[in-house]
Amino acid sequence: MAQVEARDHGLHGHAAPAQAGAHAQGQQHPIKLYLVVWGWLFILSACSYAVDYFALQGMLRWSLILIFMMLKAGLIVAVFMHMAWERLALAYAIIVPPLVILVFVAIMVVESRYTEITRVLSFGAGQ
Amino acid sequence: MAETTLGHADQTAPRPPGLRGFVADWSSDQRAFKGVSWGKAMMWIFLLSDTFIFGCFLLSYMTARMSTVVPWPNPSEVFALHLFGQDIPLILIAIMTFVLISSSGTMAMAVNFGYRRDRRKTAILMLLTAALGATFVGMQAFEWTKLITEGVRPWENPWGAAQFGSTFFMITGFHGTHVTIGVIFLLIVARKVWRGDYETGARGFFTSRRGQYESVEIMGLYWHFVDLVWVFIFAFFYLW
Repeated sequence: MAQVEARDHGLHGHAAPAQAGAHAQGQQHPIKLYLVVWGWLFILSACSYAVDYFALQGMLRWSLILIFMMLKAGLIVAVFMHMAWERLALAYAIIVPPLVILVFVAIMVVESRYTEITRVLSFGAGQ
Repeated sequence: MAETTLGHADQTAPRPPGLRGFVADWSSDQRAFKGVSWGKAMMWIFLLSDTFIFGCFLLSYMTARMSTVVPWPNPSEVFALHLFGQDIPLILIAIMTFVLISSSGTMAMAVNFGYRRDRRKTAILMLLTAALGATFVGMQAFEWTKLITEGVRPWENPWGAAQFGSTFFMITGFHGTHVTIGVIFLLIVARKVWRGDYETGARGFFTSRRGQYESVEIMGLYWHFVDLVWVFIFAFFYLW
């Protein structure tokens, strides 16, 4: 119902019909979709806060943090940023390159372990 | 009209969907991004480069935290607030997260109403987004003030590894700067929407080009990205 009303507004709104035609292809989804995603983002944030509030530790803590983080990031990129409706040519160009950062992470994990060992060996534990 | 043709890829011939479409779009001499204007494609590519910047920040934080032999301060205690007679862990950061997510929600709806050419609702939702963004920056300023008075510096802090301060100020500082710039741009675009610049075809003060309602979506992409970065900062810096 609200949608029909909004469309109506739209008909009265445009001054330049030629330009309006160009925009007819723009992203149009029901408002409800955004509200649902908004709700899920709230729930997921509350869950990740709960992980800290209840002081979960170890692998459980880290895996939960990562799961909630990836779910939130996925919802934002896919729905709010409309990536789900873009062609794969754009999606791959934007989403694949950041995965290279994971290689960088692996390199730096090895490097920082080495630095830590060197520090312990040279200066003893605790500086 | 020439401008609109330049701005939008032609969508006359049907393109194959899915993986075949990906190969077809990227092969031969042609525009790779069908149905995406140059403005939107460039915003995405800018956001990609920004991803690498924040990725490197979080990486340097990881390296510092993993390689130090001094214990890392517990963020759960550092960012606790004394409210209602008890210490609540990380509460300020949780509120900041909810504020930023809400601003992302209002922004997404602003984009939607923009494409429906509902000027009033678009402008109001964008102003609401800007207000929530400003609230976020204000809370961050409060958080910085609190930590600085407690003795956190980029080179030392009372609780443990010195790198805590440097990574904290660098990462949240850069993110806060992004939010601040976003708020300024939101206000500029909201004013244009309110005045009806995108309908009368008024030329922009900077580029002298006619704007379109797509500008609202491009602005939205930036704003959602700021929220996206916060998701990662929240997970890695505050919760880890």
